[in-house]
Amino acid sequence: MKGVNIGILAVQGDVAENVSATRMAMDELGIEGIVSEVKSPDQIADLDGLVIPGGESTVIGTLSLVNGSLKKIKEKIASGMPVLGTCAGMILLSKKAKDKVVGEMEQPLLDYLDIRIERNAFGRQKDSFEAEISLEKIGIPAFRGVFIRAPSVLEAGKNVEVLSKIDEKIVAVKQGNIIGTSFHPELTEDLSLHKYFLTLVQKKG
Amino acid sequence: MIPLSGDIANAKGILRDKVGPSETKRGTSTLKRGFAHMLKNGVVMDVTTVEQAQIAEDAGAVAVMVLDKLPADVRKAGGVARTASIRIIEEIMDSVTIPVMAKCRIGHVYEAKVLETTDVDMIDESEVLTPADEFHHIWKWDFTTPFVNGARNLGEALRRIEEGAAMIRTKGEPGTGNVAEAVLHIKNVNTELRRLKSIYDAGDEQDLVSLARELKVSFSLVEETAALGRLPVVNFAAGGISTPADAAYLMTLGCDGIFVGSGIFKSDDAKERAQAVVLATTFWEDPEKVKEAQKMVDERQSMLGLDTKNLELRMQERGSTA
Repeated sequence: MKGVNIGILAVQGDVAENVSATRMAMDELGIEGIVSEVKSPDQIADLDGLVIPGGESTVIGTLSLVNGSLKKIKEKIASGMPVLGTCAGMILLSKKAKDKVVGEMEQPLLDYLDIRIERNAFGRQKDSFEAEISLEKIGIPAFRGVFIRAPSVLEAGKNVEVLSKIDEKIVAVKQGNIIGTSFHPELTEDLSLHKYFLTLVQKKG
Repeated sequence: MIPLSGDIANAKGILRDKVGPSETKRGTSTLKRGFAHMLKNGVVMDVTTVEQAQIAEDAGAVAVMVLDKLPADVRKAGGVARTASIRIIEEIMDSVTIPVMAKCRIGHVYEAKVLETTDVDMIDESEVLTPADEFHHIWKWDFTTPFVNGARNLGEALRRIEEGAAMIRTKGEPGTGNVAEAVLHIKNVNTELRRLKSIYDAGDEQDLVSLARELKVSFSLVEETAALGRLPVVNFAAGGISTPADAAYLMTLGCDGIFVGSGIFKSDDAKERAQAVVLATTFWEDPEKVKEAQKMVDERQSMLGLDTKNLELRMQERGSTA
């Protein structure tokens, strides 16, 4: 049996944390396969699933555009590859992003999730917070949300499923095989969201 | 993976409140160290104006550090160097979307309080400014905003972490355009970490205790660091980096990212150089890409730089005994 091939986009940000969370989730589910850091279009071409980590969305987007990875990820998404994007990852997956203070942004995006993002929606670093949230719709009733200069979803199109809200702000969404979260599951010890992502990869397989 | 825990009991910087109906916490180690993790593999650039901050953001900087003067100019000006004007920090915060950091003087608790109240994303308690307290650094657990501190060796790094620093950078020798001291400092830390790890792996508790005394830090932090085999927080290189190849070299030595001070905006090709340093930091494993980055800059436009051997002012020595 062929194992699954999961990549963590390793341009910038908390890549190692996502490698480790995905690896552990795979082991706990007993799924065979590999988890590796990917940067180039060639590496991305072979993937069954991709995680876009936290970091600075402008940096990850700009540099992925430079080496052609952004285009390759778009093609893979169109072919149905599941993607989990956390924080900066969700921003990159969106169609439109604006900043709470600076306003409308022109930054390279993957243009898939039919959502409008507000960057730094909860304020600056001092307002970063940890809180209990719920992702009931995908069978995760309680989850520790780590929000670091987090974005939120201002508007979601009709094909977008809202998975979680805090203080009326949308903080997790799903559209097809693509999941985006405002918070960082990779910074907690709870693997349930990475596990859920892996089940999407398996179903697609 | 680097652990994110490490809070001391009753850290005053941890605030409990509510977002809607849910109980929340701010200022925890997970959030402070986590913030530093989001900067990994990135370049933080020193800036003094809104225009420079926007050049930095467009070039792909992961954050900007606001100063009144670039370190090279601080060196030239002499006198007392203090934190930057709040008005400039605020203008920059309103014009870029990436995190904005600012420096305070070593030990100057109230400069740091002012920066926290201004809402900067991270405070650098920095030797580039004139120290306000020769004997104490700031007790950073009292703050909700995370701190980064400079270090020349493992002892300095661990002492700063014990005071609550969420991130470490090498000191290097700021404002010189000379990478030699940053290289030395990261190698010092690496060598001492190897020694620490070998003592730990040999199970020699007695030696580990005497090493904790030598480094002047708690045994528990020494033990945690030894088990990890690396610093328990994100560790960047800083001090004297001026070319893409400088940045790539420091990444090969195990740094998590790069701070560039005078190197970019004291050169005559700042825009290209900013982009080139980012490219070299991202693709440091690929010599072909680093070469392309190096090709984007012109050595005749690099800052002239200084030999670090005969300096009147060695900024790196500030705060090193505390």
